[in-house]
Amino acid sequence: MSRIKVQLPATIEDLSGLQMGQEVLLSGTIYTMRDAGHARVLDYLKEHGELPFGLSGQALFYAGPTPAAAGRPLGSIGPTTSSRMDFATPALYRAGITVTLGKGKRSQEISQACKKCGSVHFTAVGGVAALLATCVKSSETVAWPELGTEALKKLEIENMPAFVAIDSKGNDIFSNVGRA
Amino acid sequence: MPEIPTTFESLTADGVAKAVGRAIPVIATSMRPDVMQAIAAARDTERSERARSILGMMVENNEIAERDHVPLCQDTGTVWVYLEVGEQESVPGNIFSKVNDAVAKAYEESKLRMSVLNDALVNRTNTTNNTPAFTEIGFRPGRGATLHVMLKGGGSDNASRVIMLAPGAGYEGIKAEVVKCAIEKGSNACPPLVIGVGVGATFDKVGGLAKKALLRSVGQPNANPDVAAIEEDLLQAVNATGVGPAGLGGDTTAVAVNVNTAPCHIAALPLAINMGCCAMRSASMELVGE
Repeated sequence: MSRIKVQLPATIEDLSGLQMGQEVLLSGTIYTMRDAGHARVLDYLKEHGELPFGLSGQALFYAGPTPAAAGRPLGSIGPTTSSRMDFATPALYRAGITVTLGKGKRSQEISQACKKCGSVHFTAVGGVAALLATCVKSSETVAWPELGTEALKKLEIENMPAFVAIDSKGNDIFSNVGRA
Repeated sequence: MPEIPTTFESLTADGVAKAVGRAIPVIATSMRPDVMQAIAAARDTERSERARSILGMMVENNEIAERDHVPLCQDTGTVWVYLEVGEQESVPGNIFSKVNDAVAKAYEESKLRMSVLNDALVNRTNTTNNTPAFTEIGFRPGRGATLHVMLKGGGSDNASRVIMLAPGAGYEGIKAEVVKCAIEKGSNACPPLVIGVGVGATFDKVGGLAKKALLRSVGQPNANPDVAAIEEDLLQAVNATGVGPAGLGGDTTAVAVNVNTAPCHIAALPLAINMGCCAMRSASMELVGE
């Protein structure tokens, strides 16, 4: 299976050719954000009408890493369950987030939102966080240090393996696998 | 998986805590040998190219984690400690207070993730040392003690269920719920899964039956041949869903379905399904007082 290289941040135009199920290698800038961060950003968005910290046009990784180890910026990092962010994701796509990266299936609202906004949702493999951490070149805490692992972190990544879970046409791989 | 030393001068609260502290970094950074073997075997038999590639990542991940002493998974979990004390023994002292101290020390020193909040409802702030551990004590025949330590990820626990079935639902009802859970929630639990199933007891105890089933090695069937046959049938049914590694399709949705059963009320058929992920982290060890 040939892997497609995707540079982040990516515009809607950059992402328009990707198709559900393709294996990709993600490089560039991505921000970590989990449950607590989504609640905060959604509140900010409702109040100010835009995303904080210049997140518009950026990519989000649903992840809470372990501390630096083995000479790397993070010991281990991997995707957390995407569907827990479903409450906020359509609003974040509308506000300019173009890429999300997590694990597991999501609600139909997310594929509809991808189709409407042109955003793409990727899935990484859960349980291989030592391997994924070797793709992280730097990590910088941007906000919410009091949240510990849930802080907003800006990562520079190189060739992180992932799959297109929902493409910009709204095709969702998780609705297309399985025999039951 | 490196060996965890388990012999002590005496069976004390300090000895138990020391064993927990020694086990945590080993469990966090190396796959359980039985799970590793099952995933490597699945990589060779999977028909889907994508699934083979994902299973290969899991094998490579274990190599990196063991080599660099970094966690297999960034979710280094809640710590579950289950101590089965030999009925000939007494263990003086506040065992689980000492265990909490050992957990805090191990998580700090081994650079694991702090994932525990002070209160689920009214104070969702991080305790910053991954305590409290979730603990349980029981008794078993003989001398010494058996210590079980599990680091349980949040994603796989969220994909788990307790259902109070009507007895009329029978085995077919149980099977339907296990398959449904795998289809609806399997992709969130980081497959290939080790699935723990508890059937029986009471509402509060059935979850424990399922969790304890996760401790049993992959490929080691229940000692009761009727239950062992059920385990095989459930594993086949779960793998027939095609959910596959990472939920992206394939033959290997689970490497084991371990079932524990118990007596129950005439009106009841309690069922618990506890999902264990591909980085199923636990160790069971014998503690010996000299």
